[in-house]
Amino acid sequence: MEKVGHGDKDAFAVLYDAVASMVFGIAVKVVRDRSRSEEVAQEVMIDLWRQAARYRPEQGSVMTWVATIAHRRAVDRVRFARASADREHAHAVRERVRPFDEVAEQVEVRLESEQVRRCMRGLTELQRQAVTLAYYRGLTYREVAEVLRAPLPTVKTRMRDGLIRLRDCMGVTT
Amino acid sequence: MKHDEHLHTLTGAYALDALTGEEQRAFAAHLRRCEACLGEVGEFEATAARLAAAVSLPAPAPMRRAVLTRIDTVRQAPPRTRPPAPALLTTALTRRAGPFVIAASIAAAATFGGLAVRQHQQAEQARTQAQHSARQAQDLAAVLAASDARAVHGRTTTGAATTVVTSALREEAAFVSSGLPAPPADRTYQLWFDDQGTMRPAGLLPGDGATLMEGGPGTARAVGLTLEPSGGSLRPTTTPLLLLPLPA
Repeated sequence: MEKVGHGDKDAFAVLYDAVASMVFGIAVKVVRDRSRSEEVAQEVMIDLWRQAARYRPEQGSVMTWVATIAHRRAVDRVRFARASADREHAHAVRERVRPFDEVAEQVEVRLESEQVRRCMRGLTELQRQAVTLAYYRGLTYREVAEVLRAPLPTVKTRMRDGLIRLRDCMGVTT
Repeated sequence: MKHDEHLHTLTGAYALDALTGEEQRAFAAHLRRCEACLGEVGEFEATAARLAAAVSLPAPAPMRRAVLTRIDTVRQAPPRTRPPAPALLTTALTRRAGPFVIAASIAAAATFGGLAVRQHQQAEQARTQAQHSARQAQDLAAVLAASDARAVHGRTTTGAATTVVTSALREEAAFVSSGLPAPPADRTYQLWFDDQGTMRPAGLLPGDGATLMEGGPGTARAVGLTLEPSGGSLRPTTTPLLLLPLPA
């Protein structure tokens, strides 16, 4: 990472190969449109090059840094698209919050990692929905509350409790 | 404290990027004061990274070459920890160029914006100190001072005065503006070269002042300015605020 931060392109190519499939995967999951996902993934990779010197190892692993940047940008893209659509069609606001079953079905994710799959099974239904709707669908916690028809404070705590269980199950440290 | 307790439960929503607007900003501010929250957010972000890794998909092969080619024209941000380099654009300009060139380039933008030259230089100097390394400021000064520098002027749809200075010899262009409103939260100004209808990213614009554009003008016919999601985009996602034709 230090080399990338100093403008070493060969080092960046190594970083690219290490993270591109995670970046593309999360973009596809959140943006759900292949060509727009590719754009988002490219923008993320270029952002990594731009920001490399600002990576601080004491704040977390490279993978965490990359995933955070990638997810934020993917979410930003879908929210921006939704906001534009809302401005054009007032009824899109209603459309945005679809019935629970439909969204829940769409968010059903095929997880590559056996460990993540196993840990997901350890969550309560509401915890799992809250975490996956936010992370894999890019919904805000207010939208999650509307979709799940649950009070805001409940959704907030379910997201936190869900992440605590996942963290402990996966043995994650920073 | 009740208020802080309420904020503390937002660690999960924050790590999942599920907060927006004012709540997101309030929590980010709270994070700077709350050691425990920061630790928890760090662990949650590492947990979320596992969720990202769990949905990995092989990226399209052409993307690799596209990215590795594009970084040639993308300047890297300096580390945050390093104190800003004391890059004084006005000093560099005075040293490298005669007074006429300075008058022709900087003053053009300043008078266009209805600002005194001195004010403009001060604003530019302050911004330059904060945003640019010494080398970038020198490159910028060199474009503005190039013997073949040509300037075009125009106004954005919001009324800000802009000038683009290009140098064919140096294969570089500088963008100067005054009167641009601060971009909305989570948005950034982005510059573009218009290559016969195809918009090519030319770097992000932190705000008013002078900025060296990323990549050379080449055969671009115009320079564009748009508002984009922070970090910028690969192609414009909003209506241009400015499309300024370059001299043929």
